[in-house]
Formats: sequence, C-alpha cells, structure tokens
Amino acid sequence: MSVWRIARLVAAKDLRIEWHSRVLTNQVLPFAGVTMVIFAFALDSDAVLERVAPGLVWLATMFSMLVLVQRTFAVETDDGALDALRVAGVDPRAIFLGKASGLAVQLLVLEVVLLFAAVVLFRQTVPVDGLVLLVTTLISATCGLAAVGTLYGGLAAGFRGRETLLPLLTLPAVAPVLIGATRAVEAALGTAGAVVSDGWPWVGLLVVFAVAFGVGGSLAFGPLIDE
Amino acid sequence: MTTTESKLETTGVSTSATTGSRGSRILGIATIIAMGWLVAFGLGFSPEDRDQREAVRLLYVHVPTIWIAYLAFVVTAIGSAMYLFTKKKSLGWDRLAGASAEIGTIFVAVTLVVGALWGRLTWGVFWQWDARLTTTALLFVTYIGYLAVRQLGGTHEQRARRSAVIGLLAVLEIPLVHWSVRLWRSLHQEATVLGTDADVNMDGLMLFSLFVGVVAFTLLYVWLLMHRTRGMAMEDYLDDRGLDEALEARRAEGEPAARAEGAN
Repeated sequence: MSVWRIARLVAAKDLRIEWHSRVLTNQVLPFAGVTMVIFAFALDSDAVLERVAPGLVWLATMFSMLVLVQRTFAVETDDGALDALRVAGVDPRAIFLGKASGLAVQLLVLEVVLLFAAVVLFRQTVPVDGLVLLVTTLISATCGLAAVGTLYGGLAAGFRGRETLLPLLTLPAVAPVLIGATRAVEAALGTAGAVVSDGWPWVGLLVVFAVAFGVGGSLAFGPLIDE
Repeated sequence: MTTTESKLETTGVSTSATTGSRGSRILGIATIIAMGWLVAFGLGFSPEDRDQREAVRLLYVHVPTIWIAYLAFVVTAIGSAMYLFTKKKSLGWDRLAGASAEIGTIFVAVTLVVGALWGRLTWGVFWQWDARLTTTALLFVTYIGYLAVRQLGGTHEQRARRSAVIGLLAVLEIPLVHWSVRLWRSLHQEATVLGTDADVNMDGLMLFSLFVGVVAFTLLYVWLLMHRTRGMAMEDYLDDRGLDEALEARRAEGEPAARAEGAN
C-alpha cells in the first residue's frame, strides 16, 4: 500500500475513535471555550478584547492543541498500538501524515468554533471580502500546527514524565504560526483597521512553515518513535 | 546488541579520574590570560562611549557570548548530523552535540541577562519586543527543550538518536522563528531603537577590545567543551559499567573472608 493510502487509513481510524469517544466535543471544545472566557476576565476591557481577539483565538487553539496531541498519542501508546503499527511494517511517514491529518481535521473544527466564539464574545465581524484570506489562513496554519504537534507528540508519547515536555518543545516551535496566523486573521477580520491585502505575506510564511515541518516531520518521525 | 556496542564505545574513551589533559590545561591557562586581557581592555583601556558612557563596556561580554552561542549551536547541529548520517553512529558526536548545546544555552542566558541590564541603562527598559531580542529568547527556550530531551532516559543510543533529531529540527525552527519575528516587527513598529547594536563607526580601541572578548570567550568555550564532553563520556561509562564494577569490587571484598571461613 502506498504511503498516502495508509496515511488516510490512520487518519480515518483516529477520527473514528474521536467520533465515538467524543473527547473533542465533551472536553476539548469546552476547555477552549473556558479559555476564551478567562481571557476576558484577565483583559477586562471591551476595547482591548476587540483588538486582541484574533490572537486569543490562536492562543486558545494552541493550548487546546496540546490536549489534543496528548490524547491522539495516548490512544496509541495505551495498548502499544504504535509499536504494533511499526512491527507490522507500516512506514513511519505514513503514520506521521495520517496522525497529522487526523489532528488537522480536529483543529479545524476547533478553530471554527473559536472564531464563532470571538464573533459572539469579542464583537468580531467576518467581512465577505476577507473570507478567502480567512479560509486560506486557517488551512495553512492548521497544517503547520498539526505537523509540529504530531512530531513532538510522538516524541513525548508513552514514557512517564514526558507529557510535561510537550508544551516546552511545541510552543517555541509554533511561535511563527501564532504570529503569522494572528496577523493574517486580523487582516481578514479587519481588526484595528487592518486591510485584507496585509494578510497575504503572512499566509506565505504559514505555507512555508507547514511545508518545512511537514517534510521535516515525516523524515524525522521514524527515528523519533523507533525505540 | 546495542548496549555492548556502547560499552565498547565508552570504554574506549577516557577512563582516567579527571576530565583534564595536557591540552586542556594549556588551554585553561590561555583562557585565564585572555580573560585578564579582556578585563584590562574592557574595563581599563577602552574609552567610554559618547552617548552610553560606561554602559558601553557591557558590549565586550554581550556580543562575544551570543556569537559563541551561535557557534555552539552550529557545533550541536554538526554533531547531530554526524551522529545520524555516519555509519559508525559514534556516541562521541552525540556527546559533543550535547556538551556544545549546554554551553551555548548558558552563553545565551548570559547574553540575555547582560542585554537586559544594558537595555535598562540605555533604553530605560529591561526588555523590548524587538526582532532580535525575541528571536534570542525563543532560541534560548528551544535549546532548553533540546537539553530536556537529552534527559528523557533510555539507552545512550536512544538519547543520541532522539536528541540528534531535535538538534537538527532546531536548525529548521530558528530561521523560521527569526523570519516571522522580523516580519512581525517590521510591519508593526517603526524602526526600533537599536542604536546599541549599530557598530558602524566604532572606535578602533573599542573594536580591538571586542576582538579580545571574542578570543577570550572562544577559548572559554573550547575549554568548557573539552571538559564537558569528557565528563559526559565518564557519565556514560558509569551508567554502563559502574554497577558491574561496583559488584565486582564488592565480591572481591567478600572472597577472602569466605575462603577464611571455608578453612575453618
């Protein structure tokens, strides 16, 4: 079987597990929602919240991503499923791409919900002319986040005490995504007078990031989980 | 089996009681002399700055430490690549990479602390969200992460493979971080006040003092690297052989007594 076909199977398996366990809907989405609300407590000003809403959406996404990544690998390592996949001769690149795609789908759902929360809670509007930019940003940023999350999640999975390592490795690595995606979404939503054309250079950054970590991650994943 | 290989690997390295050698001692003395030079030039001979007054002397620590830190991280990347892509998979490369990253991280910390103090003196604030500062801070955190990965446990080979991959990923990560942060600041802020780093019209003696600083910190780096690499080799040796040797020693202790008992 080709790498892509196995990747699709792994992603479908992950999404089926998530669909049945409802962890995303019952725990991660509420967690992300709570994060948005406590941001409002901390910042305590409608004007400030309106200004920083795109950044808060991405911060909440990243924090929730840490939970999702731990979950997606806990599913594998609990029964030694990752080792079983490796023993069965599955290409690590396929595992990487599959798990990253599964994670990306969940992240996309999360981002859409968080954007909706920003519209409701933080008075954001989604103008029609910014829609293309918004969708492109969401997709490219999500691919980058999923690649980094899967890569370091694979490393941090399993052994005791490694879970605490995940945020330390992941957050500095995804800093470019936080910066780029926030600026691009600001442009798409017209936050603080930003114009749509300002957003496109950032999408360029996000695409380069996603490609770099997509390729780097699929090459590095094998040596990382092969123990 | 991999563990036997690693035993051979570590047994081959220094098993002496110290990490010092003739070479490192000579280098150590050279480092002390160079540091003395740096103190003389940095605090004594070099003139004070027209605008920054005495604060400019921080330059002689601030700039060399970050340069050497970058050098250290390049060495880490080279060590990582050599471990991963050579056939022999020598743990020596892994230890070189790890030792270099440790020293580099400490040097970045020194740069950040000295820079914050310098910033307070010249800009009036400890920190500015300027592109260079932000990249440096993220660089620091990235290598803290690398060092944490080294501490995960497992066999030496597992540690080496994992950290080599992370060491190489950092090379991918740092330029992306730098690029994004630059783009962020250039779009969002008018040219930042970074007069401190503009070494365009530098006084000749100041430039020479800076050169002394670079020499002194390079020597310090190499000296630390030699000791730390050997120290790591000894730690690995202790992990592999320490228990065996302790058991052997303990058994040897008991043997004469047992023989004496048998005679009675």
